[in-house]
Amino acid sequence: MQSRRLFITALAASFLSAPVLAQELSGTLKKIKDSNTIALGHRESSIPFSYYDDKQQVIGYAQELMLKVVDAVKADLKLPNLQIKLTPVTSQNRIPLVQNGSVDIECGSTTNNSERQKQVAFSNTFFVIGTRLLVRKDSGIKDFPNLAGKNVVTTAGTTSERLIRKLNEDKKLGMNIISAKDHGESFLTLETGRASAFMMDDALLAGEMAKAKKPADWVVLGAPQSREAYGCMLRRDDPAFKKLVDAALAKAMTSGEAEKLYKKWFMSPIPPKGLNLMFPMSEDVAALFKNPNDKAFE
Amino acid sequence: MGYHWNWGVFLARVPSGETSYLGWMLSGLETTLALSLSASIIALVMGSVMGVLRTVPNRWLSGIAALYVEVFRNIPLLVQLFIWYFVLPELLPSGIGNAYKQMHPLLQQFAAAMVCLGLFTGARVCEQVRSGINSLPRGQKYAGLALGFTLPQTYRYVLLPMAFRIIVPPLTSEFLNIFKNSAVASTIGLLELAAQGRQLVDYTAQPYESFIAVTLTFMLLNAVIMGLMHRLEAKTRVPGYIGGGT
Repeated sequence: MQSRRLFITALAASFLSAPVLAQELSGTLKKIKDSNTIALGHRESSIPFSYYDDKQQVIGYAQELMLKVVDAVKADLKLPNLQIKLTPVTSQNRIPLVQNGSVDIECGSTTNNSERQKQVAFSNTFFVIGTRLLVRKDSGIKDFPNLAGKNVVTTAGTTSERLIRKLNEDKKLGMNIISAKDHGESFLTLETGRASAFMMDDALLAGEMAKAKKPADWVVLGAPQSREAYGCMLRRDDPAFKKLVDAALAKAMTSGEAEKLYKKWFMSPIPPKGLNLMFPMSEDVAALFKNPNDKAFE
Repeated sequence: MGYHWNWGVFLARVPSGETSYLGWMLSGLETTLALSLSASIIALVMGSVMGVLRTVPNRWLSGIAALYVEVFRNIPLLVQLFIWYFVLPELLPSGIGNAYKQMHPLLQQFAAAMVCLGLFTGARVCEQVRSGINSLPRGQKYAGLALGFTLPQTYRYVLLPMAFRIIVPPLTSEFLNIFKNSAVASTIGLLELAAQGRQLVDYTAQPYESFIAVTLTFMLLNAVIMGLMHRLEAKTRVPGYIGGGT
């Protein structure tokens, strides 16, 4: 009797302690180790976060941070020759591609929110944006209430799209909302006079403004309708990989490396045309760099 | 692969609260139907006129029709749509162009997509009408003329009633194509069925439910059209001709 109880206790103890002792890799890290390849997801035209330069190389603020994560993975798994597989993603396919394993991590301009958290996990936030308006300087538009009865363009599939629709419905502004397929097309709609204003994440608006024929004709304005946290997407329920990614991003932010990257991508001329976004760091981003976290705003 | 299925998503309210996601899908279906049917009418009219012109003896008229076919059949549909929507208003005199661009965006998108799909499919219908006419024995045309009919009368009373009955089966597939091709209108922001499906993905992060629903709706739609066209085919079949009984 006595020995049997002892045996059960020992068995239970061995089950409980086994994972800790063995340090077995699981999930994404095991997949990376087994294949000696990490699959990165990137965007094609999210300036300056993740986009192609004129040599079709993926560059950008989020891309550089993602490569820091890759370095951390290399060091952790002791895989100096880790192969990188780059996969371009769109706002429509990015979630399925992460879920089905085509992409292990996606850093671009993806907002961390509660609906998406049901499908994927998010790393530490690496940028915070506000949703505002891009208008022609002489348009007379000063803020959102001025948009009543006007045509307003936004990019399909973004948080701005739902915010502007809700605003239109709640305040009965009678706006005509145009949903363009990507940021470039939204800006084309604005520039050709089809719409009076373009609502989007302020950092992306700065990027589009820099591409305009005459950047000086345009201005970003309006009270931010929301703040959003950009994070890297990972598969859910993979705490080991998330911990590694979070630690790598937190290190970049607290060590001052992220600030250097910020200056490089938001305050200096960037490829392909050598444009300067002149987008000073917001209080939200400064606070984030001091205290990295993975909290969503909504 | 860890997907979180939720078929109840269609009954959830949309963020602005005025309808459910199912309501969005139904309004998308409405737009798809309106767009495809109006484009079909343009295609049928353009295709018939141009198809007749391709077979007339006048070289100028048949040349114009041939040019129409070559232009609209050889440029990818997506490119044509962008030309109609983005490029054409800039080429028009600025007064007209600006007036068009100040219209309600939905009307602009619908008009551009309707004209684009109609003319694109019209070029294909044109070739079918031509081959329908050419498939008739030459003697029919001469018989009509010999009876004292003018050339237009020969077309109206002898050739076209036969030709249209012969080309019902290929017209069916053009009709089906127009419904499927109407999904390109989502690229200029028209909220038809495919665009609503994509929007549902953006709002709810439930891609599989949405794409499955869109796929099944298109299949159902096309099954209904095929059924209707089969009945039309059976009614109009010419005994003794291709696909016809004896």
